[in-house]
Amino acid sequence: MNTNRRSFLKTSATAGVVSVAVGAGLLTPRAVLAAWPKNAFEAKEVNAALNAAMGNSSLTESADINLKAPDIAENGAVVPITVTSKIPGTESISILIPNNATPLAANFNLSSNTEGYISTRVKMGKTSDVVAVVKAGGKLYSSKKEVKVTIGGCGG
Amino acid sequence: MANSIKVRAKVKDDVTVVKTLINHVMETGLRKDKKTNKMIPAHFIQEVTCEHNGKNVLTAQWGISVSKNPYLSFKFKGAKAGDSLKVSWVDNKGKSDSIESKIK
Repeated sequence: MNTNRRSFLKTSATAGVVSVAVGAGLLTPRAVLAAWPKNAFEAKEVNAALNAAMGNSSLTESADINLKAPDIAENGAVVPITVTSKIPGTESISILIPNNATPLAANFNLSSNTEGYISTRVKMGKTSDVVAVVKAGGKLYSSKKEVKVTIGGCGG
Repeated sequence: MANSIKVRAKVKDDVTVVKTLINHVMETGLRKDKKTNKMIPAHFIQEVTCEHNGKNVLTAQWGISVSKNPYLSFKFKGAKAGDSLKVSWVDNKGKSDSIESKIK
């Protein structure tokens, strides 16, 4: 009995981070982390990020996406962004900032009764376009707007 | 630390507007500590999920570009006043938090 206990402690100690996370009582920590598309968020380029996140990077400009962002952001650390999509069957809304170190800022997966509306705040390192990408019926639609940044919000 | 999330959800004409504020440093990993000249390690929320009566209405995956103390607002249909709304987040260090509130 005791030897079993010893070896269990040893193996759990070597298993390191994962066992600590499990020990902390988290629900399925590995499943959650696996769902987060690391490649997409670490991609340095818009197309690479889109390919990793959606498996596709061909965008169709759409007038049915309303992207609300300030013309000039005095503080790049807090730039309010609101995206409204009138495209039927909107499955997800993503916000990309091409001039940031990693363009993909956020990805929102909507359920069937969730409206195509997202409002959030992002950081911008320097003046850049903000691109809203909407996924609907397997296709990607986009809308963009330039935001001028006077004080950057990354690295400062 | 069950109070890192603030949620306000209100129904009007069958549409529920949810507004949430989360207290989180959202460190990018690209900043230098001016005193020690070392990079500050990244620490940011990776996933936020919102459930209405146990049914998922929104899953957000975030990168480092989301602002400190993130704000998130969205709308969904089919909820009534008094329904439960659960918001939870997980960050890249495996920390998490959740809150359950009533829709007004």
